[in-house]
Amino acid sequence: MTDIIKAGGDTAARRPRRPAGLPRRIAGLLVSVAMTLLGLLLVTFLIGRVVPIDPVLAAVGDRANAETYERMRHELGLDLPLWQQFGLYVADVARGDLGTSVLTSRPVLEDVARVFPATLELATAAVIIGVILGVPAGVMAAVNRGRWPDHLVRVLGLVGYSVPVFWLGLVGLLLFYAKLDWVPGPGRLDVFYDGLVDPMTGILTVDALLAGETEIFWNALSHLILPASILGYFSIAYISRMTRSFMLDQLRQEYITTARVKGMSEARVIWRHALGNIAVPLITVVALSYATLLEGSVLTETVFAWPGLGQYITNSLLSADMNAVLGGTLVVGAVFIGLNLLSDLLYRVLDPRARR
Amino acid sequence: MREWLLTDTPGSRTQARLGRLYGGWLAFARNRLAMVGLGIIVLLILMALLAPLIATHSPYDQDLANRLQPPSGAHWFGTDQFGRDIYSRIVHGSRLTLYIVLLVAVTAPVVGLLIGTVSGYLGGWTDIVLMRITDIFLAFPKLILALAFVAALGPGIGNAIIAIAITSWPPYARIARAETMTIRNSDFISAVRLQGASPVRIILGHVIPLCTSSLIVRVTLDMAGIILTAAGLGFLGLGAQPPLPEWGAMISTGRQYLLEQWWVATLPGLAIFVVSLGFNLLGDGLRDVLDPKNG
Repeated sequence: MTDIIKAGGDTAARRPRRPAGLPRRIAGLLVSVAMTLLGLLLVTFLIGRVVPIDPVLAAVGDRANAETYERMRHELGLDLPLWQQFGLYVADVARGDLGTSVLTSRPVLEDVARVFPATLELATAAVIIGVILGVPAGVMAAVNRGRWPDHLVRVLGLVGYSVPVFWLGLVGLLLFYAKLDWVPGPGRLDVFYDGLVDPMTGILTVDALLAGETEIFWNALSHLILPASILGYFSIAYISRMTRSFMLDQLRQEYITTARVKGMSEARVIWRHALGNIAVPLITVVALSYATLLEGSVLTETVFAWPGLGQYITNSLLSADMNAVLGGTLVVGAVFIGLNLLSDLLYRVLDPRARR
Repeated sequence: MREWLLTDTPGSRTQARLGRLYGGWLAFARNRLAMVGLGIIVLLILMALLAPLIATHSPYDQDLANRLQPPSGAHWFGTDQFGRDIYSRIVHGSRLTLYIVLLVAVTAPVVGLLIGTVSGYLGGWTDIVLMRITDIFLAFPKLILALAFVAALGPGIGNAIIAIAITSWPPYARIARAETMTIRNSDFISAVRLQGASPVRIILGHVIPLCTSSLIVRVTLDMAGIILTAAGLGFLGLGAQPPLPEWGAMISTGRQYLLEQWWVATLPGLAIFVVSLGFNLLGDGLRDVLDPKNG
């Protein structure tokens, strides 16, 4: 996770030599994002080219004669020089054509659009848990530096960086599903409720509410709570650690002393003044943590049989469905870049010092 | 001995060097958590070296009459679906874990170091191009990129190592570049340059040695991440293949027996957790000693 901080922080810190206007800087940012996206495409393109599977053979079958083989090769554009093939690939992706999945025999983009809301639901629930618990924990740790809340946050962080997410998921299932029976098992809904709600957003909890089906809503929520908490734990570990270090920076400053001297209550000094001043960097942290949750969801989804993007990618991988794997990778990468960009933009717009 | 090491007036270069190492060790040893981490890693290495002696059974021998036995005196951690002793498999699995970590740790930082120092020292277009490439790799979530590479190369422990190494070098390149930028304009570099040293000589002989300590810290801190990624790939069935006793793959096979035979899936995970924790504690301690400015 620190890598991402590094990357995000660097782009934020790279100031142009000449003071340039905000529009110009945003234009510069967009160009750099476009370059990164192009690089992303190049990486997936090259990965697709090293695959030991012959796409022509896959299309024509191994009984085809040489003539058919050559015609197919030409039709697929595989007889062109590599850079032209890359150009065609970029054009295809720009039109939203990510190829067809061998496994589902549907366009990859359609598949991804179908499974993405499940991942979005899981990651969003996790990040909400992370913010609600992580920010206060970090504040308490900074205020009580060296005492037990501080140690607690430290331990949370250490464990968060050391524990395999899929293992924690399995232990969670064992404990809360099998032994205590507090939550339902894997999946997004009980089989009984399956397909009763029309997918509108694809986010089951929202769909159920929109349809006015409270019973289904509670069922979907009960299925969501365990995987979201497991994933949210990693978010708590990260957000609380960052909050702690931001808060420590603020509490050292003179305006805090001034506020205290003026007789302001300690609660107001901490929760209003200090926390108010770290809100902007915190938003960046939350956006980045959201991006890493996408990654964590690959493993979590496998454990909880959650039909999201992560499970889609791994299932396609195991059946060597390269179009689906690369399409999914591309979407995750693009969302990742998008979130980085968003956090960068938010930082520039919200922080008056960066706006200048 | 202690006095000889800590003297203020060392008689030789070796004595001074050893003295400094000893001073660093004393600072490190004061950190109790770091010592715990070091202890865990030393135990892991011993376990890997002495695996055949420590293990009570063969990690591969099947005993179908005794499948899925709970932990007992005969099988300390129970047996798996083929009646193999889980304790012995975990012990032998430590070799695979060390193998993966070491291979990644000797390849990725070297690549990152070279790219970072060249980029930082030469500057200009070289810098722009190399850093753009680095940024592209950083823009991908690591696990997803590793997944895509494994998909292209085919599952297996060797390909998993390659995929992890390919996804791990960019942060090292960034660190090495930043360090290089701070030292490239210092007087001693100018002095070496005036003596006629080529850029290759300056980078290899004068820049790289100064970047290594912060890189070592970073590598130690990353080892836990490498272990977790490797275990994740193993869990998804893309890393080490059966019957290799890789911890992540063991969790994956134990999954289907989770609710009835909890020990099959949970105990290898505990091993991953303890080892990652050890590397994290060790890395934290090393950072405080070697790289105080980032502590």
